[in-house]
Amino acid sequence: MTTAVLFAKVSRHFGAVKAVDGVDLAIREGEFFAMLGPSGSGKTTCLRLIAGFEQPTAGHIEIFGETAEGVPPYRRNVNTVFQDYALFPHMNVLDNVAYGLMIRGIGKAERHSAAEDALTLVQLPSYGARRPNQLSGGQRQRVALARALINKPKVLLLDEPLGALDLKLRESMQEELKALQKRLGITFVFVTHDQSEALSMADRVAVFDHGRIMQLGSPQDIYQRPASRFVADFVGSSNVLPPDFANKTSGRYGWASLRPEAIRIVGAGGYEARVTASGYLGGLTRLGLDLYGQKLVALVPSNGAVPKEGDSIRVAWTPADLHLMEDEF
Amino acid sequence: MRSDRQNRAPLALKIAAGAGLLFLHLPILLIFVYAFTTEDKSYQWPPPGFTLKWFAVTWNRPDVWDALWLSLRVATISTAIALVLGTLCAAAVSQTRFFGRETISLLVILPIALPGIITGIALRSAFNIAEIPFSVWTIILGHATFCVVVVYNNAVARFRRLSGSLLEASADLGANGFQTLRYIILPNMGTALLAGGMLAFALSFDEVIVTTFTAGQQATLPIWMLEELVRPRQRPVTNVVAMVVVLVTLLPILGAYYLTRDGDQVAGQGK
Repeated sequence: MTTAVLFAKVSRHFGAVKAVDGVDLAIREGEFFAMLGPSGSGKTTCLRLIAGFEQPTAGHIEIFGETAEGVPPYRRNVNTVFQDYALFPHMNVLDNVAYGLMIRGIGKAERHSAAEDALTLVQLPSYGARRPNQLSGGQRQRVALARALINKPKVLLLDEPLGALDLKLRESMQEELKALQKRLGITFVFVTHDQSEALSMADRVAVFDHGRIMQLGSPQDIYQRPASRFVADFVGSSNVLPPDFANKTSGRYGWASLRPEAIRIVGAGGYEARVTASGYLGGLTRLGLDLYGQKLVALVPSNGAVPKEGDSIRVAWTPADLHLMEDEF
Repeated sequence: MRSDRQNRAPLALKIAAGAGLLFLHLPILLIFVYAFTTEDKSYQWPPPGFTLKWFAVTWNRPDVWDALWLSLRVATISTAIALVLGTLCAAAVSQTRFFGRETISLLVILPIALPGIITGIALRSAFNIAEIPFSVWTIILGHATFCVVVVYNNAVARFRRLSGSLLEASADLGANGFQTLRYIILPNMGTALLAGGMLAFALSFDEVIVTTFTAGQQATLPIWMLEELVRPRQRPVTNVVAMVVVLVTLLPILGAYYLTRDGDQVAGQGK
């Protein structure tokens, strides 16, 4: 499988700030790759390093086998959908979309018909004559997407592409982006701080913190087998448990994560826990538990007898679900 | 109805405002009236009679044409210099960070904050020390110092509204620096530069103080008018010229006002 983007020990320092610090990364061709992390974790800087807006302080970047450092953005076959969309306010939608082709010297008729096709691709046909300020946020997003795709990039970069949209629009755009990526087969790299977005859309996820990749893997890996407390904390509402707890319950020693839905209520056996909170979420009920003085969150089915606050219950989990994390950050 | 009355200004305020406006603008109207008087030795009120002959007299006076031509040349060249330097300076200050950025920003604005007489004296002694003979070019240099400020202020404001990601988006789509300048920066800067240029032109066209210090034998139109006032010969000619100056400077200023009036929207920041 071809490597679309390769980072070898890449660092980008701004003075004393290590925005990106020795990142190794190989993004595969045709992959939907997510960079997930809190703000200031270096994920956006990584994206800008691929786009060419930043140059690495150290290390080596390859895009489809070609050395990227020193190559300006306008000579890279990579396009970006910006967080604020960055549509040109003095041009109509059609000219915005056709901009890349105009720069390459393609004739007006040809580039306008290509732009019309690109607008159809993002389901905005016949919007060409409008100005960007006459469009809604979701429509601007689509125009930005069409404008980036018209250059047939080898890699499409998306910087928090859904951040400015409301929840409902965001969900439908998630599905649409995923479908579009499948259809075009282009490598998508997108940056987000929203873990559910990363998990639901990406083929693989890199979790960033302090300029480093904390874990890289499939959404299942990241969610079920977090490598560190940070990942477990950031990616899901997993119970992060101290070494003592793991020792008492499993005999193994180390920080562990236990997903809320892995905890079951059992009639006998298991461990005794006190219910400290109970919240009805529809199909599931969210329980706050106190077990050996350790606070736990459990998600249990709402059918049957749902324990109430103050109840004493017995809970258990499959030993494999108590995931011991390798390191301790 | 009640809200109507509340919004209405009290009568005294209206009268005061009217009187203020009259005080400001009546003298200008007087100048216009004197352009038509038949009395040419002194400003006599009421004018003994009205005539259009001063327009013909003015038309045939070569010194008027020389002064007008000089003023137009000075204003045009200073504006051109200001447009280039002011825009480049604004671009540097607003788009990049470097040591001394704030200082440069202040130094550029200083000539218009300083009294013209300081600028004038400073330039004159500088020209003397450097042994630069006074010429049209020394006038232009003097005018350019404050014309740059006007263009710079307009350009800097517009650059701030041009969000940084627009330029990155252009580069991302394959445009090099010059293409980005041509297709993105200039179209977005156009009205700001036009407005700045018009204001600079108007400022230069009626400048007196700095000009008196930096001019040699040449007389720009305002200088010529000042000289005419102390020499009572065909006085209404000055008034005719004054009328022309008012119109020539008023129109660009009005134009600049209308061009920059609307457009509070930040370019490229549509959300």
